[in-house]
Amino acid sequence: MIAMLLIGVTRFLVGGHAHWVGCAPAANPRIYFANHGSHLDTLLIWAALPFALRDITHPVAAADYWGGGGLRAAVRRALNLVLLERGAATRGADPLAPLREKLGLGRSLIIFPEGTRGGGRLPGPFKAGLHRLALEYPQAELIPVYLENPARAFPKGAFLPAPIACAVRFGAPVLAIPGEERAGFLLRARAAVVALAG
Amino acid sequence: MSKLAILFTGVLGLLLVASLIGWVLARRGATPTIANLNARIRAWWVMIAIFGLSVLIGPGATLVLFTLISFYTFREFISLTPTRPADNLPLVAAFYLFLPAQYWLIWTEWYGLMSILIPVYGFVLLPCLAVAKGDVDDFLPRVARTQWALMLTVYCISHAPALLTLDIPGYRHESYLLLFFLLTVSQFSDVAQYVVGKLYGRRKVAPIVSPSKTWEGLLGGGLAAMALGASLWWITPFGPLQAAGMAAVIVAMGFFGGIVLSAVKRSMGVKDWGSMVQGHGGVLDRMDSVAFSAPIFFHLTRYWYVP
Repeated sequence: MIAMLLIGVTRFLVGGHAHWVGCAPAANPRIYFANHGSHLDTLLIWAALPFALRDITHPVAAADYWGGGGLRAAVRRALNLVLLERGAATRGADPLAPLREKLGLGRSLIIFPEGTRGGGRLPGPFKAGLHRLALEYPQAELIPVYLENPARAFPKGAFLPAPIACAVRFGAPVLAIPGEERAGFLLRARAAVVALAG
Repeated sequence: MSKLAILFTGVLGLLLVASLIGWVLARRGATPTIANLNARIRAWWVMIAIFGLSVLIGPGATLVLFTLISFYTFREFISLTPTRPADNLPLVAAFYLFLPAQYWLIWTEWYGLMSILIPVYGFVLLPCLAVAKGDVDDFLPRVARTQWALMLTVYCISHAPALLTLDIPGYRHESYLLLFFLLTVSQFSDVAQYVVGKLYGRRKVAPIVSPSKTWEGLLGGGLAAMALGASLWWITPFGPLQAAGMAAVIVAMGFFGGIVLSAVKRSMGVKDWGSMVQGHGGVLDRMDSVAFSAPIFFHLTRYWYVP
């Protein structure tokens, strides 16, 4: 109910047409990774997936923000969010554990490897988590996603989204290369997102 | 038969003929131009069905329809225009406040405020919001773009349904026919210029701005639209000659609307405003002529026919 409402309002305001450029929608385990600049990002990717895939896809969200109660808790349940601890809260514990649990069940994840919302058209450097998940779950396809315009429609610090049309582009899976170092992999993954920016 | 029934029968007849021609052409051999022509004709069926339905339901539905048209054209314009995060606040105000307020003022027939809301209040208030974040990069062009988008897609386009509020003696309950007159003449002019231009076009009017527009198309299509306007005089408060003159104004302004917005698109490096209307491009590609002709047609009618 809340999910349908959120998707309806998002569709009306900013569109968010899905372009499956390099792959087709599929139910096998996937890690969708995208550029991040807006609170609309999660909603846009999730809404761009066919109905049947939404139940088995979990957007990863920051625990310090989305862990709260009230409306945030309702959104968390509606969108199947899995929470990721950031910063000081991660000391000692394994922050990726909740993500591993979902991948272990054969589910898909939506992650934003920059770790935080940037302001530009192109993503900033990627963090290491994507590489670790890719090594541990080789059966999960790594799908690059480029989000066009949400950072313009609803930038950091804005209180309402402006009507600016957004698009979601899904690219071809990024394949792991045996023996590739982390830095090289992360550069390649980021370049796959950038290539979709056109 | 009521006037409206006659008019929609006429429009449906035209569409049927167009669809038949499109079907025959497609059977003879499919080229991209013919495929695009048929996509355009299919979109016309949808657009006319939506407009016809809104007229049948009543003025409220017509206003809602034009509110949505303003919303979609505003979104198309802003989406292609460079913006910065500091523009979010004026854009939010333009969309959540000024757009609905403009149509609410038309609904309540508050002409005085409707005619100055965006050119006066919008003009001074939106820059105040734009300056709030202290971002001065490109400031004047950014403020100007927001104001231009609001003027074009909300203020100008809203003058088409504002025709419904004109209090012309002996014509009060038929003023929706003026809206029909404006839309029919402006859209027929676009179509006739396109068709005549494709068939006989040689000399380009504006080779850099809009290479598809030709003198042959403009004159042939424009004259055909004037003739159509004159033949529709019986649904307007105008005489036959006055109807032809009003149609000429609509044709001229519609032509300039197409040229000016073509220049805007080219300055932004795009060909169409969007892809919402099959074969036509965006909603604003269809409404560019109305945006320029509606306010002028509204005011000329108001000055000469409203006591």
